[in-house]
Amino acid sequence: MPRINSTAELDALRLDILSTRNPEKPCITLCSGSACQATHCRKVAAALDLELEKQGLTNTVHFRKTGCHGFCEQGPIIVIYPEGVCYLKVQPADIPEIVSQTLVAKKIVERLIYVDPTTGEKAVKEEDIPFYKNQQRLVLGLNTRIDPKSLEDYLAVGGYQALTKVLTEMSPEQVIDEVKAASLRGRGGGGFPAGLKWEACRNATGDAKYVIVNCDEGDPGAYMDRSLMEGNPYCVLEGLLIGAYAIGAHEGYIYVRQEYPLAVENVMAAIKTAEEFGLLGKNILSSGFDFIIKVHKGAGAFVCGEETALIMSLEGKVGEPKSRPPYPAVRGLWGKPTNINNVETWANIPLVINKGAAEFTSIGTEGSKGTKIFSLVGKVNNTGLVEVPMGVTLRDIVYKIGGGIPGGKKYKAIQTGGPAGGCMPESLLDMEVDFDQLTKAGSMMGSGGMIVLDEETCMVDFARYFLGFLADESCGKCVPCREGVKQMLNILTRITRGKGKQGDIELLEELAEVAGSAALCALGKGAPNPVLSTIRHFRDEYEAHINDRNCPALSCKELISYYIDPEKCQACLSCGRKCPAEAIDGGKNLVHVVIQDKCTKCGSCLEACPARFGAVRKISGEPVPASLPQESRTIVRKSKQS
Amino acid sequence: MSELLLQIDGREVTARAGATILEAAQSVGISIPTLCHHEKLEAHGGCRICSVEVDARGRTSVVAACLYPVEQDLVVRTRTRKLERIRKSLVEMMMAHAPDSEQLQALAVEYGADKDRYGKEVSFCIHCGLCVRYCAEIKKKNAVGFIDRGPRKEICFIPEIAAKECWECKECFPLCPTSALQAAFVLVKALTSQADEPERKA
Repeated sequence: MPRINSTAELDALRLDILSTRNPEKPCITLCSGSACQATHCRKVAAALDLELEKQGLTNTVHFRKTGCHGFCEQGPIIVIYPEGVCYLKVQPADIPEIVSQTLVAKKIVERLIYVDPTTGEKAVKEEDIPFYKNQQRLVLGLNTRIDPKSLEDYLAVGGYQALTKVLTEMSPEQVIDEVKAASLRGRGGGGFPAGLKWEACRNATGDAKYVIVNCDEGDPGAYMDRSLMEGNPYCVLEGLLIGAYAIGAHEGYIYVRQEYPLAVENVMAAIKTAEEFGLLGKNILSSGFDFIIKVHKGAGAFVCGEETALIMSLEGKVGEPKSRPPYPAVRGLWGKPTNINNVETWANIPLVINKGAAEFTSIGTEGSKGTKIFSLVGKVNNTGLVEVPMGVTLRDIVYKIGGGIPGGKKYKAIQTGGPAGGCMPESLLDMEVDFDQLTKAGSMMGSGGMIVLDEETCMVDFARYFLGFLADESCGKCVPCREGVKQMLNILTRITRGKGKQGDIELLEELAEVAGSAALCALGKGAPNPVLSTIRHFRDEYEAHINDRNCPALSCKELISYYIDPEKCQACLSCGRKCPAEAIDGGKNLVHVVIQDKCTKCGSCLEACPARFGAVRKISGEPVPASLPQESRTIVRKSKQS
Repeated sequence: MSELLLQIDGREVTARAGATILEAAQSVGISIPTLCHHEKLEAHGGCRICSVEVDARGRTSVVAACLYPVEQDLVVRTRTRKLERIRKSLVEMMMAHAPDSEQLQALAVEYGADKDRYGKEVSFCIHCGLCVRYCAEIKKKNAVGFIDRGPRKEICFIPEIAAKECWECKECFPLCPTSALQAAFVLVKALTSQADEPERKA
């Protein structure tokens, strides 16, 4: 490929690409992100290649493997253009029909389109599905239109226009002013204004400066950064390049988890292509600006997502955070001024430059501008990645986009901000989601994880889970985190096992104050949040566990018992056959009883009991009723009676 | 070098730019407790017992005095009820590991800490890292280091280096705030296991 030597040549190449692309030419896209790979999109792709060849359509139909579309619950996803027909949960066996019916005969394959589980309404196009309809996909939306390995695709959707604008029309200071005016806040957790961070780094004295992409995404259940890096790596590179130009850096690093092999593969391929085209390297587009990017694969420590620990890790040292100040903007990688931003922040930069600060700030709330990508997971019908304008309510996210709670269960809370975030109960569902509101509610934006919980989740156990995660991921450098989180975990474990003591809640609060204020880094400082927010909103559950040995959600194994209601039991033997512990006493026509000493509380009997009987139930906080005397246990069937 | 004016516990204090709060406080005789600090070694900020409250840029926060650089007009408080609670709690958590440490016992008296507050996990080590940093920074031998992370983290002598260097040195032993027991114990174990190695192979 010839090197592009100027912005004029870049524009010419873009026009050339667009002129060869016929928007009417059928194009079939298949989501090929990590989530869809887990649901075997590669087999679908192979079937599609085969079928297109079989039907002689290889030259007349364009087949594009794109990045993540976001509706991961329903993957693998196929969209057929120009009509925009969207098929969900596509299996290899569906391919011949899709090709002959939709691509050739222009008909819809009804069974593969979206059907709303509550209203039964059908939607043919992606944009008509409620999950997508209520989003504003300014950043993530490009994923569906490009092959992440194709620079041509990125150029065709307007890629590198922001870079052209910056290199030809703007001074570094003007770029920083624009980002400042856009009030773009860091999407990785802290929400610090990116423009101010850039300015501090630009103004810091140093012979070399560095820019870093933080793709060490580690929150359980969150994968926004992975999907951007996998699905649109050029956008991240363009944002980084613009930042480097503004700050005066000539070297950049991408710190990406090695557990994200596809992200690593796609970004490395993008860097290689960008180098070949002269969009990285010396004298980029003859602007006199030099910039190179290196990729560093993280070895799997959550704490390395903290910027000072990330820098330590990049330097080849143990990934432990350092005290700030000095901030990385002043003394960062190799002691030089360094600017670190998260993947999503960098991916927003081309948007900010292309739209301009005025338009960008028209979206969002007073203190938080633009959109935010959330990873909506847990007990919600539509799980996946959602991008919404700042200020949308939690209720809209959970119900309009997420489609509500499955199985007719009740909403209990939503955890935002990852393991160091907090949970929001029903009373806060109408809260507008932005950086400041979430912080005010005792949680935080974090990198954008959202875990929906239903009534079957025990909030004490939920806090215990996160503290367990954090204790595991603590680097161990400072006492408040290493010892404090461990002690909090011990107390929570004790409470969920029915061994809670009076004063445990107060002790948790005391330990939370120590870790929250005296820990060295954000991991330790944020660690008490799951505990404090569950105490704040669900104190009664803590008290029930401690005072009454009762788990109201019927979830903590040590506090529940399985009980067979003798009035309802029809002695069908279903539960007894499923019980792995031989803990069901009963026989034909003999009301079944759970032998409590043998019961391992696996719940198999509850699942096995036919719904029409509903005889098995969980109880907590009360003694198991005594079983019927042996002589009353025999069931006399009505049919036999007569 | 330029001088800065700050306030510590209501007193005006002058300090050179680049000094830490701990140094500035010590220069005027204000004492802040420390455990992992050693003037010859790079500050670590691990024990957090030197936590102080600062008002800077319109916010009050708790910072480690051994690391936080002084700023013009910084307001520092070294003794508040919140800090007393934090230090008491930290001492209690460390005493679960090293109940007999004299330094911890003295701090326990000062802050009213209960050494039996948490279940004992007697490891002697409070991860101050003095031995590790002394060996690396002063002796430049790296015979002792940390292994693993979080609650599983522990200090460990590297047998190959320790067998050559440690018997003649042992300069880290008196630095240990929880008596030298742990260091000695780990060292002996490391050396014995290495000495055992050829025998086992034989």
